[in-house]
Amino acid sequence: MEIDPLIFRFSIFILSIFVGYYVVWSVTPSLHTPLMSVTNAISSVIIVGAIIAGLSGNSDNIFNSSSVFGFIATALAAINIFGGFLVTQRMLAMYKKKKKDK
Amino acid sequence: MISANLSAIFYLVSGVLFILALRGLSSPETSRQGNFFGILGMIIAITVTFLSVGNFSIGLIYVLIFILIGGSIGAFIAYKIPMTAMPELVAGFHSLVGLAAVFVAISAFLNPEAFNLGSQGNIKLGSLIEMSIGAAVGAITFSGSIIAFLKLQGIMSGSPITFRGQHLLNAVILVSIIVLIYYLCSSQSSNLFWILLAVSFLIGFLLIIPIGGADMPVVISMLNSYSGWAAAGIGFTLENTALIITGALVGSSGAILSYIMCKGMNRSFFNVILGGFGATDETSSAIKKEQRPVKSGNADDAAFLMKNASSVIIVPGYGMAVAQAQHALREMVDTLKKNDIKVSYAIHPVAGRMPGHMNVLLAEANVPYDEVFELEEINNDFANADVAFVIGANDVTNPVAKTDPQSPIYGMPVLDVEKCKSVLFVKRSLSPGYAGIDNDLFYKENTLMLFADAKKMTEDITKNL
Repeated sequence: MEIDPLIFRFSIFILSIFVGYYVVWSVTPSLHTPLMSVTNAISSVIIVGAIIAGLSGNSDNIFNSSSVFGFIATALAAINIFGGFLVTQRMLAMYKKKKKDK
Repeated sequence: MISANLSAIFYLVSGVLFILALRGLSSPETSRQGNFFGILGMIIAITVTFLSVGNFSIGLIYVLIFILIGGSIGAFIAYKIPMTAMPELVAGFHSLVGLAAVFVAISAFLNPEAFNLGSQGNIKLGSLIEMSIGAAVGAITFSGSIIAFLKLQGIMSGSPITFRGQHLLNAVILVSIIVLIYYLCSSQSSNLFWILLAVSFLIGFLLIIPIGGADMPVVISMLNSYSGWAAAGIGFTLENTALIITGALVGSSGAILSYIMCKGMNRSFFNVILGGFGATDETSSAIKKEQRPVKSGNADDAAFLMKNASSVIIVPGYGMAVAQAQHALREMVDTLKKNDIKVSYAIHPVAGRMPGHMNVLLAEANVPYDEVFELEEINNDFANADVAFVIGANDVTNPVAKTDPQSPIYGMPVLDVEKCKSVLFVKRSLSPGYAGIDNDLFYKENTLMLFADAKKMTEDITKNL
């Protein structure tokens, strides 16, 4: 009997939880705010689903109910992706070490 | 159009890049590179999606337009937002992830063919379960984050909203969500799908309203976690590895942060979630404190104490963020350093309204991160320091947490501020902090209270130094 592909995805899922667990514990507490904003940005990879939905309409009927939800979701996820990565960048740029001459 | 296998490999690559993005945050030096990995992973995932759908009709232009619209809004917000508003921003972003998950689930439900999930009214059982879980968690994330956003922004009062039978009602709704998913999967009825979404939105509101303002660090972390699980649910539906990996990463990240925050307050996760904490018991504390004498001073006294010190520890809290005093504080510290006084900063895990909030504000004010220390790193140094300067913090310095088993905050890790030779406590009034209890520190022999706005007081001290 073949193994259901779902089991493979489930394995990836469980292993990723463990990877996440160890990686996040190694994040320094002073960077917890950037951690939240960057996880925000990467969880917006949900945009791939939104894009598929948005592209599902054919040329006769580009705005079927499914693709409209896809378009809106695309915009929402894009806000998060750009906003999340850029604000993280902005925060990280502020973290500086003590200047040597002091 | 590229093959499904090839695109799956690319999605795996972007998943790995996302792991590296989080890994980079282990130190400030590698963090910027980590963020770059994250961006790269996102670009790969989006490009591969376009290529694998391969439908370059007019729809593509619309998708690009919407990405552009969303992207400009996001970029605009990212550059304009003040650092003090970070908690609100993150809560707002969580709500968007949640809503996007809901919308993707709706599209998949309405047009399963596009996602290869069967046909309408006959969606594959597994996909339908995953879809409804993703949609429900997404909806909870959305409405919960909206409430968190409103509370943080001050549009909604930060005090907990409780009513009788609240927990029972929530429990009933949560059970009904499971029942709804069960019937939805057996009947494929679209009506049930809409009801499921409505009920999930409702429970999101109800779960967050009883949680008070200063518990927001836990709430934000928890919603962070939810947004991850929602993404993972949708990832299973779309059979997309990048989404599954990311969802799991974000889900566990948020869960760990919630745990750290709960530990910082010595409270169990359920205690926070069930809410109602911090309904200020003003009557009892008000009676007690009137009789005890406090020493209060002015900027001149404070400057005198600090000038004669050889080491000073600064304890910032949420009040500093509210007063926007971080820049004034840094200027004061610069003056102290010119006088060869050693200065460091002590940060309690739950200072501020989100994890790491104080660190970002200090970084914004150009405070080098190697002068900023966590509770465990610095707590022993208080005994050797001359002056502790408490600005906008309160409960996290209360010695009662160590001495009085009756106190609601007993057992909470606190900064040993009282061990300093003298304590300067900047505060507007003697009112109790969020926990609703009096701070014993106010009445200690070596404490000098500075009653003023944090920013103004700091500036005045700098002038007097």
